[in-house]
Amino acid sequence: MLTKRIIACLDVDAGRVVKGTQFVNLRDAGDPTELAAAHSASGADEIVLLDITATHQKRATLIETVKRTARELFVPFTVGGGVRTLEDASGIFDAGADKISINSAAIADPSLITCIAQRFGSQAVIVAIDAKRNGIGFTAFTAGGRQNSRNDAVEWAKEAEGRGAGEILLTSMDRDGTGAGFDCELTKAVSEAVRIPVIASGGAGSADDFVQVFREGAADAALAASIFHFRVSSISELKRQLLTAGVPMRYPC
Amino acid sequence: MLARQANGAIASEYQGVTVIAIVDYKAGNLASVKKAFDHLGANTKVTDDSQIVSKADKIVLPGVGHFAATRALGDSGLREAILERIEHGVPFLGICVGMQWMLASSEEAPGVNGLGLWPGECSRFPSGVKSPHVGWNSLTIKNGSRLLTGVADGEFVYFTHSYRVPLLSSTVAACDYAGEFSAAVEQGNVFAVQFHPEKSGSAGLRILDNFCSV
Repeated sequence: MLTKRIIACLDVDAGRVVKGTQFVNLRDAGDPTELAAAHSASGADEIVLLDITATHQKRATLIETVKRTARELFVPFTVGGGVRTLEDASGIFDAGADKISINSAAIADPSLITCIAQRFGSQAVIVAIDAKRNGIGFTAFTAGGRQNSRNDAVEWAKEAEGRGAGEILLTSMDRDGTGAGFDCELTKAVSEAVRIPVIASGGAGSADDFVQVFREGAADAALAASIFHFRVSSISELKRQLLTAGVPMRYPC
Repeated sequence: MLARQANGAIASEYQGVTVIAIVDYKAGNLASVKKAFDHLGANTKVTDDSQIVSKADKIVLPGVGHFAATRALGDSGLREAILERIEHGVPFLGICVGMQWMLASSEEAPGVNGLGLWPGECSRFPSGVKSPHVGWNSLTIKNGSRLLTGVADGEFVYFTHSYRVPLLSSTVAACDYAGEFSAAVEQGNVFAVQFHPEKSGSAGLRILDNFCSV
């Protein structure tokens, strides 16, 4: 049967992984190529690279990083961060990405989703949504979580699906970085509103957090960054625990 | 022995070497497919030229996206070149939409004709499950095959698709998602997989390597 996916995320700034500094047994714990390979070897079902660089050299550096990272990776590889046009997406696919993730640019112009999906396939387009609780529901934010889009996150997810998105990458801004667990209510609200798969993100701290987001949150996949940067064996061990708890997993991996 | 070709450049470049043509018909990204074959040491040529396909030793037809994109194969002479090569016994591998195209049609694109080598129509997944079917799912081996040599029953591979091929007499592996469908089919020199071997880790590379060896 279809297994739930554990996705390792690398936040990259000017070609270097940030927060990935506690990895042992690697020549260079900040190198995206090495970290991606290590996570894949440890059982990551997919790798996501999010570019958070703020400089002018951004695009060229990112393309180089994607090329190097993709070279030895034979599991799905998604790249996001600053994709604004079909041309941006095309360059990233040429460099070796299997999927791209778009966030702010999609909210600003939802037709971008359709444009990229028509050329490269819906399967290659992930719409990322950063959501924050607002008392009655959830609001989608843009610009790295700094700008309130005033869109309801669930409604926006439905629109993104209608426009051709293949998956939703849903990050809880309230939980992100806290290690206090995923926002299962948010995840379930979105997962039940769309037919496309939903990847939960934000708040992973323990194996039990993953069990919860798959059960209560109805997530199809879960993404985490810093939790995986501690030990090479951590993803494999996590999957073993999830399988023991009854969550379908690709394990042994 | 130097192969006589209409295009002399091809002959001198690939003298005595097996060339795998990866057909580019603008149906999504095929960089990963090329990368995987290159990693295995194969000689690949990404091409949209039916003349080059007509002289290839092996052919790979990838495809991500909509069945309607296969219309481009009919417009460019590629359909005829592929069919001729298949009838000639050249090993052919269809991946994802490339596999679906082996049937006559798909519910996804009424009116677009597939190659029609195998019976039936590609159908959508029933309501009640997430679609597309995305992620790692396991193979149920139905029959021995050259393509899946060394691949264990229950092996996980990566799928991402909204339409599926029904079980056929030449199905060698099935997958279960709201019912069984064909994950891999093999009939003589024609091989096809619904999943993406280029994204299925070591199991996928094994499968591509088997194709390189046939």
